[in-house]
Amino acid sequence: MSVRHKMLSWAATAAAVASLAAVAPAGAQDAVKIGLILPMTGGQASTGKQIENAIKLYMQQKGDTVAGKKIEVIVKDDGAVPDKTKTAAQELIVNDKVNFIAGFGVTPAALAAAPLATQAKIPEVVMAAGTSIITERSPYIVRTSFTLAQSANIIGDWAAKNGIKKVATLTSDYAPGNDALNFFKERFTAGGGEIVEEVKVPLQNPDFAPFLQRMKDAKPDALYVFVPAGQGGNFMKQYAERGLDKAGIKVIGPGDVTDDDLLNNMGDAVLGTVTAHLYSAAHPSAMNKDFVAAYKKAFGSRPGFMAVSGYDGIHLIYEALKKTNGDTNGDKLIEAMKGMKWESPRGPISIDPETRDIVQNIYIRKVEKVDGELYNVEFATFEAVKDSGKTKK
Amino acid sequence: MTSILTNLFDGVAYGMLLFVLACGLAVTLGLMNFVNLAHGAFAMAGGYVCMLLVNKSGWPFFAALPLAFVSAAVIGVLLERTLYRHLYTRSHLDQVLFSIGLTFMSVAAVDYFMGSSRVFINLPDALQGQFDFFGVGIGRYRLMIIVICGLLTVALQLILAKTRFGSRLRAAVDDPRAASGLGINVPQVFAFTFAFGCGLAGLGGALSAEILGLDPYFPLKFMIYFLIVVTVGGSSSITGPFLASLLLGIGDVAGKYYVPKMGPFVIYTMMIVILIWRPNGLFGRTAAR
Repeated sequence: MSVRHKMLSWAATAAAVASLAAVAPAGAQDAVKIGLILPMTGGQASTGKQIENAIKLYMQQKGDTVAGKKIEVIVKDDGAVPDKTKTAAQELIVNDKVNFIAGFGVTPAALAAAPLATQAKIPEVVMAAGTSIITERSPYIVRTSFTLAQSANIIGDWAAKNGIKKVATLTSDYAPGNDALNFFKERFTAGGGEIVEEVKVPLQNPDFAPFLQRMKDAKPDALYVFVPAGQGGNFMKQYAERGLDKAGIKVIGPGDVTDDDLLNNMGDAVLGTVTAHLYSAAHPSAMNKDFVAAYKKAFGSRPGFMAVSGYDGIHLIYEALKKTNGDTNGDKLIEAMKGMKWESPRGPISIDPETRDIVQNIYIRKVEKVDGELYNVEFATFEAVKDSGKTKK
Repeated sequence: MTSILTNLFDGVAYGMLLFVLACGLAVTLGLMNFVNLAHGAFAMAGGYVCMLLVNKSGWPFFAALPLAFVSAAVIGVLLERTLYRHLYTRSHLDQVLFSIGLTFMSVAAVDYFMGSSRVFINLPDALQGQFDFFGVGIGRYRLMIIVICGLLTVALQLILAKTRFGSRLRAAVDDPRAASGLGINVPQVFAFTFAFGCGLAGLGGALSAEILGLDPYFPLKFMIYFLIVVTVGGSSSITGPFLASLLLGIGDVAGKYYVPKMGPFVIYTMMIVILIWRPNGLFGRTAAR
């Protein structure tokens, strides 16, 4: 029995080695490998799926060869757990010898991989996580998503200037939630607004009802909300159930609460919600229309801001490789990425040469019904917004 | 004043919901002495069945609710006959390991087939919004939960205390050997009870989608709450878990409203205090099994 077992396992190993040997020479030298670390399972899985979809779409459209090199994407699931991100990044760098690491659904995941990017001297392209400090943790980090400061500041300014005097805040109690709260508060109070109630809700929060009742009793002009993308639907349902919409309390916030991914299922209570954000699937440009149509055709759903961040992330990698003529030296790639400007489905964007963070337009949008579907319709634009979390220093 | 009443109302609704979700666990744990951590998986199954029927097949919500019960009960009986049955006589550790494994499998399976994002059940308009009752805001949906769960509780208590099946069940639990000697088909009684508990969980899952949110992680997220209800209530009767659910529901809502900074801790503090005061739960049996 055991002899037979041994023979079997030898045979299996031999077969595996043989097949590896057969594949290896074909791709090894002229391939560029991208290690994509994303939450494909767990509460953040929609982020991972959108980014993976967008990258697939981009590679279908633009082909998988750049500057004579074949692009190979290796996806690893970290479930948004930083320890797993680190292990995945190590495996990708040491075993698979990737030339880029990319993805990162949440801030702790992006931070966990930062020291590895520095040691390995390879670019880390952050396509989702949104806390300001991320790009300061390694000279090899570039971001194509957003920072919360960008949209929280803008909505703070907008609210103060548009007749909103008293605001109650409801934010999730973790780093991005606190960023969203503080950057909003700073601009809104500077503009003469008053915060009448401040509630931080636990991240794993089953029921918003008691918090919302408290908000309702505080009678603010508007409710400033930041909850992680997946919870937006639940929040809006309970907001309506409790009659806050009828009490004349508007919802404002960064656009995470009305993410395109979930918006259409939220019901009519969400109509009139005003948010500041980087992307709306209703962005009126020809490029975006093509992007939305292609994405819908390929995956049967609407792209959200995470999809766009992934789409731009892979674009940045392609363009950097073009510029270095296929050279995969990390320092040269980062140099090539700095200051790069392009037209994205979200509008014109660029990479800040000093901070390696994204510079983009922030749009003020209102939820409206377009052809029977709910969309964030943009009505004001703040151009080329930098991350104020860093420019302050 | 009115906000106190609104909070009380919300708390009762939340507590009732916890009760329907957890009372199946009280039955399997208390009456059958089986630790079933996969209880939430049956709740999730009921929730998803209801969601599919209402959203995809256009069933009315109230017609889909009984189906949520039935489907969770059927899944329960299938698993009971094939898997659970073999573990009745095993140690509690084996039962825990088995059922937690089952929970993880259910999470992965639902994630694979239904996707990981949160789903909602399309409710009829009559159940949406709030109405004013002498200045107290009453949520229609929560009112419906209180009515349904209240009726269920009364029915359960009557079945257990007054019917022949109830006495058979109690006999089968107290001394299975003597009970089968008297002609009671013990495995059948257990299978039926188990299925009924799963069905209740399924119904609870369908009802809770609107308030607690339904996603593949439901069984893991709410396992703690179910266990709190059963430990605090004591698992020897239905009344214990019922009062414990109400207490925890009201405590949780009031805590989040009045001291939002401490909100999530209130429920755990209450549990610790009660368990120090009465280690076997509010209505636990004093003698350990």
